Amino acid sequence: MAFRNYILVCGGTACESSKADDIYRALIAECKAQGVADEVQIVKTGCFGFCEQGPIVKILPEDSFYVQVNPEDAQELIAEHIVKGREVERLLYVKEKKKHTKVEDIEFYQKQFRIVLRNCGFIDPENIEEYIARDGYMALEKVLFEMSSDDVIGELRKAGLRGRGGAGFPTWMKWNFTRQAKGDLKYIVVNADEGDPGAYMDRSVLEGDPHSVLEAMVIAGKTVGAHQGYIYIRAEYPLAINRLEIAMKQARQMGLLGKNILGSRFDFDIEIRLGAGAFVCGEETALLASIEGRRGMPVPRPPFPAVKGLWGQPTVINNVETWANIPVILVKGGEWFNRIGTADSPGTKVFALTGKIRNSGLVEVPMGITLREIIYDIGGGIANNKEFKAVQTGGPSGGVITKDYLDTPIDFGSLTKLGSMMGSGGMIVMDEDDCIVDVAKFYLNFTVDESCGKCAPCRIGGRSLANLLDKITKGNGELKDLDQMLEIGEAMKKASLCALGQTAPNPIVSSLHYFRDEYLAHVIDKKCPAGKCKDLISYYILPDKCIGCTACARKCPTAAISGERREVHVIDQAACIKCGVCYETCKFGAIEVR
Amino acid sequence: MAKMTLQELRKLRDSKKSELDRRDIGSKDSQIIVGMGTCGIAAGAKTVLDAFIEELNARQISNVAVTQSGCMGLCYVEPTVEVISPGMPPVIYGKVDTEVAKRIIRDHILEKKMVSEHVFDRPSVDIIKDGGK
Repeated sequence: MAFRNYILVCGGTACESSKADDIYRALIAECKAQGVADEVQIVKTGCFGFCEQGPIVKILPEDSFYVQVNPEDAQELIAEHIVKGREVERLLYVKEKKKHTKVEDIEFYQKQFRIVLRNCGFIDPENIEEYIARDGYMALEKVLFEMSSDDVIGELRKAGLRGRGGAGFPTWMKWNFTRQAKGDLKYIVVNADEGDPGAYMDRSVLEGDPHSVLEAMVIAGKTVGAHQGYIYIRAEYPLAINRLEIAMKQARQMGLLGKNILGSRFDFDIEIRLGAGAFVCGEETALLASIEGRRGMPVPRPPFPAVKGLWGQPTVINNVETWANIPVILVKGGEWFNRIGTADSPGTKVFALTGKIRNSGLVEVPMGITLREIIYDIGGGIANNKEFKAVQTGGPSGGVITKDYLDTPIDFGSLTKLGSMMGSGGMIVMDEDDCIVDVAKFYLNFTVDESCGKCAPCRIGGRSLANLLDKITKGNGELKDLDQMLEIGEAMKKASLCALGQTAPNPIVSSLHYFRDEYLAHVIDKKCPAGKCKDLISYYILPDKCIGCTACARKCPTAAISGERREVHVIDQAACIKCGVCYETCKFGAIEVR
Repeated sequence: MAKMTLQELRKLRDSKKSELDRRDIGSKDSQIIVGMGTCGIAAGAKTVLDAFIEELNARQISNVAVTQSGCMGLCYVEPTVEVISPGMPPVIYGKVDTEVAKRIIRDHILEKKMVSEHVFDRPSVDIIKDGGK
């Protein structure tokens, strides 16, 4: 027999510390005392996020969300909610009508709002019927039989959707350029060449909801007058490719793709093109070149692909996340969409939240939310109770955002103002153990590796920047190097051919702006405050803490640690390779990094 | 499956919609949905899926469907599984391994008890169902 109620007690570590365990026990005791123990199951849960409001108690099936619950509240919760069936108002979370989503009547406690990810984790991506059941291909019906091209573009304009690949160009304008362009051959292209370190938004959408992208492509085809689409996706995403192929096959069988779609006499079909994993192919002109079978290198714009794209024909090219928004906008209307997010950037944004964060994962939030809400309320804060240092948005093209700006509402404009950018949605959290110079070096080495080499500012500038960073992290840096990096960065920004080179200096420019002290420590004091740059640190054994357990000596790969059992050990600095194994091994805190 | 006309698509949507809706009002069958995105699979979702099927076979339970979906975004607790069972609210379980899978069958499916310590929350409202038009 099922229970009448289920009481979920949040058992995340943050809540644990604020007495969730006591509440759990108090609730069990109260259920017994009030004779309802057989009707109620009390369950400990994982972290719900929302930790600052903890401990959280949620009662099902009513879905009552109680916050900041104390063990003393158990009696009232059981007596009122369970026995009498009345919610305990005083503990209920005041469900805000979300300030970022003025969508009527949706009141919820979650910080997330899922449009792009609406079906991810919900439907079976290999079963077209489940997509159809959740209003799938409903937008396509409208576009094929009810709406004119003007209507579609008008809705997108009302929605205010901006491209989610990073640049944020208004989608309706792109479509309109292609629609107005002359020519009988036009193309639709999906940019699924996701390559930022730590970013996997597009992969998840394609793996979890491939039809949302296919439907949007057919809609675009009808709107601008194209009959052929291409999905450019990296070969490293085999599961996404496989699910796309299954989805395309099912859509063809059901007449939602191919000739005479749904009897409308409109033809549209799609092919997949696999990329070999070059980061620059995410740049649209390089991507189009790669589809054509040429080497993936960018060409100057204008002309923009919307006018002269694939094989010289007008081409709509949008990022996966942008595409996944389209069907919802057309079903629910542009106005509905426009009420979500900010005036500058309506809608939501998907972020891949990674790095030193407790609850890493894929989140979709209304634009205008703050970084603090994403990192602390959704992400549960910094892992291992370390200190937050910065967050890198926009991947290798973006910059760092520091503690002082955690409360800035995020949208395309605000992130650019902070010296970072929206980018495609990677969000890498750093803690006190991360060295900012080392992080900048990581990104720079990435862009240097991925530069196509066509234009000198990117090819030579990037290499020079990487060399300077290398010099600094090795302890050979000079003060003039810092200014020189900014100068090179400025030149790259102005003179590089595509966004890869233009934005490559961003990690340096922004980290130098916010963390100049840390650069100075490397250059002047020859120290790495975070203890990451191997050439600037040494490991020492503290004599008063070492008990001579020999654990470190046994683990040391170069046998650099010597000492008798139960006597203080010593590290031979000449033999030490600074791998840090001793530091991690020591249980007594006897190893120090200087 | 033959090519559809507009009317056929609408009919299919309506019939499938009520099928999906029945998930919540409690049909007699249970459903176990395993998150099978790259992240879930990397964390062991395939083994978990097999474990569910084996356990159902071993216990000769035939009215439980095991299906897959994509990634729900809860990467830190993959593999994740959603269990929909009559008379119970839909529940999302995280950090599911072979052992937890067996407990889900025993406790959740058979005894209608949630599996403590593994319950997580759906990250957002459902705009399709709850989001109005």
